[in-house]
Order: sequence, then structure tokens, then C-alpha cells
Amino acid sequence: MPAPHTDQRHTMSITTFIVISIVKSLAVIAVLLTAVAYSVWLERKVSARIQNRWGPTRVGPFGLLQPLADGAKFILKEDLTQPHVYKPLYIAAPIIALVFAITSISVVPFGNTAYIPEINVGHWFSTPEISTPFQITDLNIGLLVVLGITSMGVYGVALAGWSSNNKYSLLGGLRASAQMISYEVSLGLSLIPVLIKSGSFSLRAIVESQRHLHWNIFYLPFGTLAFFIYLISAYAETNRTPFDLPEAESELVAGYHTEYSAMKFAMFFMAEYANMVTVACLATLLFFGGWLGPVFGPPVLQMILPIIWFCLKVFFFMFLYVWVRWTLPRFRYDQLMAFGWKVLLPVAIANLVVTALIVALRA
Amino acid sequence: MVPLTYYLLLSGILFTCGVLGFLIKRNIITIFMSIELMLNGVNLSFVAFAAHWHALSGQVFVFFVMVVAAAEATVGLAIIIAVFRTRETLNVDQVNLLKL
Amino acid sequence: MLHLTLFLFFAAIAVAGAVNLLVQRHPINSALSLVVVMASLAGEYLLLGAEFVAAVQVIVYAGAIMVLFVFVIMLLNAGEEARSKGSRVAILLGVPGVTIGAVLVAWVVLRYSNAEAVSMYALPGDPQAIARLLFHDFLLPFEVTSILILIAIMGAVVLASPPQAIVRRRRTEPAQHETRELAAAGKER
Repeated sequence: MPAPHTDQRHTMSITTFIVISIVKSLAVIAVLLTAVAYSVWLERKVSARIQNRWGPTRVGPFGLLQPLADGAKFILKEDLTQPHVYKPLYIAAPIIALVFAITSISVVPFGNTAYIPEINVGHWFSTPEISTPFQITDLNIGLLVVLGITSMGVYGVALAGWSSNNKYSLLGGLRASAQMISYEVSLGLSLIPVLIKSGSFSLRAIVESQRHLHWNIFYLPFGTLAFFIYLISAYAETNRTPFDLPEAESELVAGYHTEYSAMKFAMFFMAEYANMVTVACLATLLFFGGWLGPVFGPPVLQMILPIIWFCLKVFFFMFLYVWVRWTLPRFRYDQLMAFGWKVLLPVAIANLVVTALIVALRA
Repeated sequence: MVPLTYYLLLSGILFTCGVLGFLIKRNIITIFMSIELMLNGVNLSFVAFAAHWHALSGQVFVFFVMVVAAAEATVGLAIIIAVFRTRETLNVDQVNLLKL
Repeated sequence: MLHLTLFLFFAAIAVAGAVNLLVQRHPINSALSLVVVMASLAGEYLLLGAEFVAAVQVIVYAGAIMVLFVFVIMLLNAGEEARSKGSRVAILLGVPGVTIGAVLVAWVVLRYSNAEAVSMYALPGDPQAIARLLFHDFLLPFEVTSILILIAIMGAVVLASPPQAIVRRRRTEPAQHETRELAAAGKER
């Protein structure tokens, strides 16, 4: 097998490659799980301020240690084991949901190349020169992988609803999964104008094609339209208001996670927020230029600044998620499905056709 | 490196499991899934031969097989739902009369 | 060496999933083992350098068609399979017949085999190369399959919708009368 190389100039040995990949994966998963925990804090704080109350303030300054308290609560809560559920799938469903929610972060690029010079500590310990991108792996079909993982995430919801052996859960699970697969179509179609403009499925190449403020959202009018179709489809895909009928308390008790308690419920919760983080990351990469922004200063700062721009943009999208949730009322289920199939899908197809025509006529 | 024969043997094993499932299972949905398993085995041998003979049309043909499988699964499952509405059973042994 | 290890890993998972599909009595377990088979086949396609086909396999086959199967199993509330006379006859005749056929095919494959290895880098499996073929040489089959999908959608909607009498009643009557009428319709059918 040829030696793997992560940069045009350097090639590295296979042990170095494996060690670096493991370190990158652990770092990214740790950051993602912390981001998920603190997005819960963000939601509680922002929703409280929108509703003119304080939100968590007691646990730590500004309630910043609230996620720790929530985590402790979930671990210590009684894990009720129901006798009437279909045990194997009941336990597997939250694991499936969480695994597929976390996996899509593996193709998301956070910044430019990281360059770590050689370290030599005496004669018995030395690390080679490392040059690796801020991304776990740069697949040339990265966008398709994210779409595929989103499609597989439907199984967690459907199996949770069915295995609970409860009519509310079954209805909630069926509704949620039907909604997810309906909006997946317009999600995929809304991303194709971006692909036509960038010419590649690789997420790094898509961001590189937006240099010098040629962000895809400024590509009027079809980039902006694609962005709004993507945002609406992604909100429906992650089951967030205004499309969260399947998990609304007043409708179906709690939908597909009625029968779950403690750690398994926490896994569904984490899976939902991890999906939100993935959607926010994709929206910044595809439409807002990813990590591109003003970069200056010494080489260390030049490595760190793109990551900061990326995090700021992702934070803006998470804030937008919470803002929309506590501002808009919820759609009824038939309105939701009618909107997805009768409005959003034709608009996405029309957008795709016109964009393709324009790009073909310009070339 | 992996010889072509290994891929063909794997494809044959999957196809055989599909045929066995089609013959011995009584639930109509499981029979449909065995058909999908057969189609998957065939897809694998298409892709293996495409790599062996350096002909990309093998991979393109896999798309058409997938599309046809999707269409067939859709219509087949709709028929199963319609049959279930009247006969209340999914066992093929009990769907043996034209009119109830 | 790594190539062979990965091939055997994915092959073992695929064969285990296929055998599990046959062995399981409940259709939902069979459906989930088929999803495992499809995912491991996507891994095999990656080992053959067909990355676009692998991604499409996961998106279309494992992520859409199998979801359809799981939906139908959940909706129809299919229970476990029961042993019957028909199934015993099928096992007695089917298993030996299929085994003989499989052994025959395997013998032919092994006799005319060549140990030439299939390389992962044999073909450019990227989307651009496949698109060039799909939209130039295979344009007519592509358009015909799109019409095929349209026909399948219309057929599924027509076949799976409830009988016309119930659809008409749902449009004109309020909910509480409708449930009484539906119960009566079920009894007289």
C-alpha cells in the first residue's frame, strides 16, 4: 500500500498516521460532546431571556456548570426497565441514534493545515515533523457521506418508536421518521447548486472555492434560495420547531422517547443536539465560507484564527436554532408534510434546474 | 491483494443465501428481503468485474440495478399492504385462494 | 496484506448478516441484518475503489429502501413466523437443491479462476468519471429509469391507499360519525 500522505509535500509513516488519526478523533469527539452539553445550556439561557426570565443562574457563574449537574442527574437517575418492550431494539435504538449523530463530524474541516515541527528530547524520544489538516479525514465524497449518515439516523427514531410497544411511541416514531425521510429529499436537492458551483463533493474543496468573500450565500439569487431551502429542510430533519410535532408534549405524550428514562433518554437528547451541531457546521461550510476570515499574525495565530472564525459561525447557527424555536409556533403534521412535498421539493428542483442552466450558459 | 475469485465467491454466497431465504421463508416481507439480498450479491460481482476489466460501465450498471430494486420494493410492499388489508395475514401459505 | 484483512473482515460481516437473515424468525431482525449486509457491502465497494457507488449504496439502499421495509413491518405489526407443513417441505427440498446449485457455481468459478489481484486503484471511481458515463453513454437508460420511478410512485400510492368508499367518507363526514362507519365497514367486509 502506498504511504498515506496528508499534504502534498510530506509523506509520513503508517504508525505516525494512525497515532495522529486517533489523537484527532479523540480531540474532535471530546469537543463535540462538550459542545452538545453546552448547547443545552445555550438553549436554556436564550429561551429564558426570550421569555423574560433568568434561566440557570445558580450552578456556577451564569449557570455555566449546569450541564455538569444535568449529566450527574442523568447518570444517577433510576433506569426503569419496562417488561413489555422488545428488549434488543429498545436498548439498541438510542445507541444507533447517538452513533450516527456523532459520526458525521468526521468529515467536517475546522481550519487550515496544522504544522507541528519536529520535537527531539535527547536521543530516546523524538517526534517527526507533522503536517496535517484540521479535519479527521478529507474524503473526496465528504458531502455524500454526511447525507448517508443522516439517512441512517432515521433508524434510531423508527426503532425506538416501535420497540417501546406503546401506541403513542409508535405513532410518534412513525411520524418523526416519515418527516425525516420526506425532508431528506429537499435537503439533498438544495445542496446540488453548491456542488455545481464548487465542482467537488469534498468539503474542503467547497470551502476553498469560497475564498475572497465569494461565499455561496452571496451568490444571488440561487445561493440564498438554496441556503433557505437547506435551513428549512435541516430544521425538519433534526425534528426542531417549527417542525417538532413528533416530540411535542401536548401531542403524543413525548413521542418516540416516551418509554425511555435516564441514560437512554440522555442519549436521544445528545443525539438531537449533535445533529443540530452537524447541521450548523454544514451550513457554515457550504454557504458561509467555513473557516475563511481575516487571518494575520505569527504562524501559530494563523493556525488558530480560522478555527475561531469557524466556531463563531457555528455558534451563530446554534443561536439561530434556539431563536427560531422560541419564536415560531409549531406546524401541524399534515401541514408539515404538505409543505415538504408540495412546496419545498418543487422549489428545490426549480432552483437546481435554473442554477445548472446559468452555470452551463456562462461556461 | 485480493484475487477476483474471492469477490465472486462472496457474491455467490450472498446470492445463495438470498435464494435459500426465498424458498424456505413463509413471511412475504422476508421473501422480499431475500430478493434484495440476491440483488446485492449481483451488485458486488458487477463492481468486482468493473475493477477487473477496467470498465467503469460496471459501476454505472449498479445504479440501474439499485433504481430497479427501489421501484420493485415500493410496488411490492404496496401490494403486500393491499393484500394484508383483506386477508389479515402475511403468511404466504395462507394466501392460496383467489377469492376469500 | 491490509487489503486482504479488510476484505475478509467485511466479507465475514456480510455472510454473518445474510445467515442471520435466514435464521431469524421475526422479520424486523431479518430487516436489520440486511441493513448490516448492505453496510458491509458498501465497505467492499470502497475496497474496489468504487467510492461513489459505496456512498449511493448507503444513501439509497440502506437509508431509504430498508427504511421502507422497516416501516411496513412496523405498520403491519408482523409477528414471528410459525412453522407449518409448507415450510418443512420447502426446507427439505429447497436446502439440498440450492446447495447443489451453489457448489456447482463455485466449482465453475474456481476452475476458471485466475489469481490476478483486483487493485483498489484500477478505476477512477470518483463522481466526475461516473457522471461522464452516466450522462453521455447511458443517457437513455437514465431517463427511462426516471420514468420507471415515477410509475412506481404512482403505483404505490394507488395500491396502498384505502378503498375509495372510505376515502370519500373521510372527506365529507366529521370524525365521530366516521369511526362508527369505519367499524361497520370492517364488519361487513
